[in-house]
Amino acid sequence: MSFSFQLAHALPEAILAIGALALVLVGALGGQKKSWIVAELSMALLGAALLACLFQPKASTILFHGLFIDDAFARFMKVLALTGSLVSLLFSLEFLRVNKMDTFEFPVLILLSSLGMMMLISSNGLMSLYLGLELMSLALYVLAAFQRDNSKASEAGLKYFVLGALSSGMLLYGASLIYGFAGTVTYTGIAAAIHGTASIGIIFGLVFLMTGLAFKMSIVPFHMWTPDVYEGAPTPITAFFASAPKIAAVAVTLRVVSIAFPGIVPQWQQIVVFMSVASMALGAFAAIGQTNIKRLMAYSSIGHMGFALVGLSAGTQQGVEGVMIYMSIYLVMTLGTFAAILSMRANGQPVENISDLAGLGKANKPMAFFLAMMMLSLAGIPPLAGFFAKWYVFVAAVHAKLYLMAVLGVLASAVAAFYYLRIVKIIYFDEGGPAFDPASRTLRTVLAVAGVFVLAFWFYPAPVVQAASLAAKSLF
Amino acid sequence: MGAVAVFFYVFAAVLVASAFLVISAKNPVHSVLFLILAFVNAAGLFMLLGAEFLSLILIVVYVGAVAVLFLFVVMMLDVDFAELKQGFSQYLPVGALIGLIVLIELTLVVSGFVITPVALHQAASPVAQDANNVLALGEVLYTQYFFLFQGAGFVLLTAMIGAIVLTLHHKPGLRRQNIAEQNARTREDAIDIVKVASGKGLRAAE
Repeated sequence: MSFSFQLAHALPEAILAIGALALVLVGALGGQKKSWIVAELSMALLGAALLACLFQPKASTILFHGLFIDDAFARFMKVLALTGSLVSLLFSLEFLRVNKMDTFEFPVLILLSSLGMMMLISSNGLMSLYLGLELMSLALYVLAAFQRDNSKASEAGLKYFVLGALSSGMLLYGASLIYGFAGTVTYTGIAAAIHGTASIGIIFGLVFLMTGLAFKMSIVPFHMWTPDVYEGAPTPITAFFASAPKIAAVAVTLRVVSIAFPGIVPQWQQIVVFMSVASMALGAFAAIGQTNIKRLMAYSSIGHMGFALVGLSAGTQQGVEGVMIYMSIYLVMTLGTFAAILSMRANGQPVENISDLAGLGKANKPMAFFLAMMMLSLAGIPPLAGFFAKWYVFVAAVHAKLYLMAVLGVLASAVAAFYYLRIVKIIYFDEGGPAFDPASRTLRTVLAVAGVFVLAFWFYPAPVVQAASLAAKSLF
Repeated sequence: MGAVAVFFYVFAAVLVASAFLVISAKNPVHSVLFLILAFVNAAGLFMLLGAEFLSLILIVVYVGAVAVLFLFVVMMLDVDFAELKQGFSQYLPVGALIGLIVLIELTLVVSGFVITPVALHQAASPVAQDANNVLALGEVLYTQYFFLFQGAGFVLLTAMIGAIVLTLHHKPGLRRQNIAEQNARTREDAIDIVKVASGKGLRAAE
């Protein structure tokens, strides 16, 4: 395998890695006056990496002495994660300028975090998994506390860091147990060492590994950081947290359980089923009392991760395909909703209360319509995209004979519909306060594109479904 | 008794003595200096065992960076160590008893500890028999684990950028020393010769 061959398969990573280093230099030499150049170049780099992912050679290949894998699954998830990063960075630029936070480090940290996500998605062993996870998370901790004069943001950053370090510790402990009992850290090696029956040590390691990953996905019972961090972090960064890192964490969880532990499905299935049901329930009930829309989105994202795991708990190719479709639709809905939340500015100040949306139906008809569509889609009302997302994972669960789980999931979904519908009611039927300031073109475009996707998905779902099906095949 | 044994006893004796002095020295700066001595002797022991890499890392990282950092911290923080050490003799018997128990437990555990022969042959990268371990590590680190090595580099870079972003404050109006400007000063820039007419004062002369 020649070096240029390896590079062709790792081109998106190479673009981000070299680009991030170059931009650190540009920023360090040019000073903060050059921060806008760094930001625009970062967007260009993310765009280039996205294109490189789309036009990569199609064969699945293992590179760098078995540490890195490039397959259809990795490409699909990388496209999603990079889209999340790109749109979040787009959200950030205007926000940072207004709040006088436009330093060159910000886009560089987004780039480094995205690089970590891609290493994570393409990891082919526990060591690459850990390094990718740390690279991703370390940048996220800093981004959470980026507004360092704001005590809430600092608190968010500190909480995220302390709990994140704890979860990394658990993950490492699990990885060391697995290494000790399997004698190898590559996923295929672990699968070969298990032979269908795992020793208690491997199962212990698996539990701790799942704990660390569940923390990154903010799955119950490792979700406690999510509402505080989402509320405290600046809104565009919250949008970033809710989109790209979640995709990467779900991707690596899918890969680990389907490639390293296919022999002991019942062992991890019970963990995933519990976490999934608990997340769906918590996401449904805890969000009801929320008044801050960012906190509400935090609980909503916990619930949605629970729904995505329904597909994983099936442990089948169909289930993995369902999770991938779920994550694609979740990404679009999240970014669209956050575009609307960022547009909530009155008298030049951001407002975050759900009650501030009152009267939007009269004041700003397009925004009200698209935001209402986002909420209905998040609730899973047919024929919007959110319904199909849930459809695919529940069908997989029913095929795997997880009837009780499917029933509980649908019930949780019905409860969760209450608070999404309440927002729609506030938008259209409550008497309004002051109107919002006009939103920027970027935010309007993102909201409109997300709205059109959500509305039109059932006309033409083939591109997403086919790509997901092809990608899921590469894991089995 | 060969030279190796002599060196072993010298290193081991100095190590134990300096480790004891770390906790018994009155002056905290002396404690840190004894800690450095302990590190150097431990490095010597590693060298005797044939673990050159570990030995050099101990010197470079622990003596070169960590101990110097300790020294800075000890010198900067005004901690009253005399107060901290009050009651040292009072707690000594209990401490010694716990230490003895831990020692016995460790002996029991370590003496019964066996690595499965199977596990020894499962090592991901078997060590080349004819190479010393610095060479062996270097060979896998920059080839087989090149990807992870680069990844670790990026993690450290991110940590550095993060630390700078979160802690560096640019104070406006701070006057920094500019050596080039100082050196470029001429007599004309610095001195102004004023003829002062007698009885009128400086103000009138301007």
